[in-house]
Amino acid sequence: MTLKFWNEKIELIKREELELIQIDKLKKTLINVYENVPFYKKRLDDCGVNPYKFSNPDEMENIPFTTKDDLRLNYPFKLFASPLDKIIRIHSSSGTTGNPTVVGYTKSDIRMWGDSIARQLFSLGLRSGDTVQNSYGYGLFTGGLGLHYGIEVLGAITIPVSGGNTERQIKIMRDFNTTAVCCTPSYALHIAEVGKEIGVDFGKLPLKVGVFGAEPWTDHIRKEIEDRLKINAYDIYGLSEVMGPGVACECSCKNGLHIAEDYFIPEIIDPKTHKRASKGKIGELVFTTINKEGMPVIRYKTNDLTSISYEVCSCGRTHARMAKPVGRLDDMLIIRGVNVFPSQIEEVLMEIKEIEPHYLIIIDKRKYLDCMEVWIEVSEDIFSEKMNALEAFESSIEHKLYSAIGINISVKLKEPKTIKRSEGKAKRVVDMRKGEKP
Amino acid sequence: MPIKQLTVFLENKTGRLAEVARILKRESINLQGFSTTEARDYGILRIVVSDAEKAREVLKKSGFTTHMADVICVGVEDKPGELLQVLDTLTEQKINVDYIYVIAGTRVVLSVFDIENAERILFEKGFNVCQ
Repeated sequence: MTLKFWNEKIELIKREELELIQIDKLKKTLINVYENVPFYKKRLDDCGVNPYKFSNPDEMENIPFTTKDDLRLNYPFKLFASPLDKIIRIHSSSGTTGNPTVVGYTKSDIRMWGDSIARQLFSLGLRSGDTVQNSYGYGLFTGGLGLHYGIEVLGAITIPVSGGNTERQIKIMRDFNTTAVCCTPSYALHIAEVGKEIGVDFGKLPLKVGVFGAEPWTDHIRKEIEDRLKINAYDIYGLSEVMGPGVACECSCKNGLHIAEDYFIPEIIDPKTHKRASKGKIGELVFTTINKEGMPVIRYKTNDLTSISYEVCSCGRTHARMAKPVGRLDDMLIIRGVNVFPSQIEEVLMEIKEIEPHYLIIIDKRKYLDCMEVWIEVSEDIFSEKMNALEAFESSIEHKLYSAIGINISVKLKEPKTIKRSEGKAKRVVDMRKGEKP
Repeated sequence: MPIKQLTVFLENKTGRLAEVARILKRESINLQGFSTTEARDYGILRIVVSDAEKAREVLKKSGFTTHMADVICVGVEDKPGELLQVLDTLTEQKINVDYIYVIAGTRVVLSVFDIENAERILFEKGFNVCQ
């Protein structure tokens, strides 16, 4: 009999049973951080939560949130709950804006991480015998090694190619019969573009699955990638503070990302009041790890905006599903008092089929007023010898952006390849008010 | 038979037109004439060259967006009233000219909605319609 699930017992578990497991694991985690992390001991004492008597999940709401700043202030190892001789891996953010955030993993943490990703890749139809090209960057960034271990636990062939050198990526894809590729969605588009230039017919390659994450992307971009690479493209979600990629991932239904709820408890909070949002509402995603030993996090504010559905998925899995994140609170732009997410702009642009999936948002201040423009590249589908046709095209996009977002955004047509292609996380916004340059 | 005109999208920045000219020279493609139209941040360059297909291919390879279109080309003499004759003929037939420019050898390149019809009329009136 062919297996349909990596771990049927856990993936199809009834919610009541899952909640019992969660509360038990949460209690153990609270005791662990209470005894080993002074930061959490003080917090739990201050809010009056006694981890040894913890039994009511609603009591969790009394515990304050943990933020990225807490991680920075406790740089590098002060939030570790395990002694350093039990830590076998360290990852870290780049730390471009202050102290980096550092995370540590025990042997059991690494096993959990691999298991979580293996379970997700399995749900996408990948098995031993598949060849998975891991084009996430290897190093301190959790993307590369996170996926690497997951692919190995699954038992598929791992190609640890890392990011960059796109022509070599394509050669490997062809020569090694790659069946799945993992990278950022923007790099997947770049691979497709370079492949087209050198005459690769992706329909003739065995490539069938793409696992993309590390940046928010819309369903329109999914369709572009799927059409160009001739694959099914799936969203994988994670953040290093909580574990890394594999905290959640879509199944083959492409209808929300299943959160590994035996490892993480998700909450959605209202970004303004910081109270739990009502069921199904969009708000900020908060995670508590309940299986991690090395560096558990309690009510960690992810900055990501999404909603959660607890309905059983049509694949049969019971684990909650988060919607594709709308964006990060960090990424939210405030233009003349209006909140704008880059994903809203992407949504409008990608509905216009002549537009290439490369764009850049420029923010600047003119005469004390914020202004926003969007660069798009002129493809042959847009271009003709008639100037007025081009101008009409520009103003039709401006009109669409205005009706969707409610502010004037001017469109600038650019020559092909003007917008930098990304091998990792794409930079979609240039804020000249902060001295950035396109 | 209309002739081929190649249109190239150019951002309004230093050296882009020179780059087109450089590529054409490198490929030994003769530039017979051109016109430009500019908007705020970009312009479009219309060119007539000795080998339009080849020009399109090499410009594309260098990352330019191009468009190929048919235009009418009429040879005129270099003397007063020559252009007027052509325009009067078209006006009589209520044919509107979208744009027009001169290329080497005192030839006039013009674009209209119904190229075939306009070309036939000009030919029948005895104009030197170039192939």
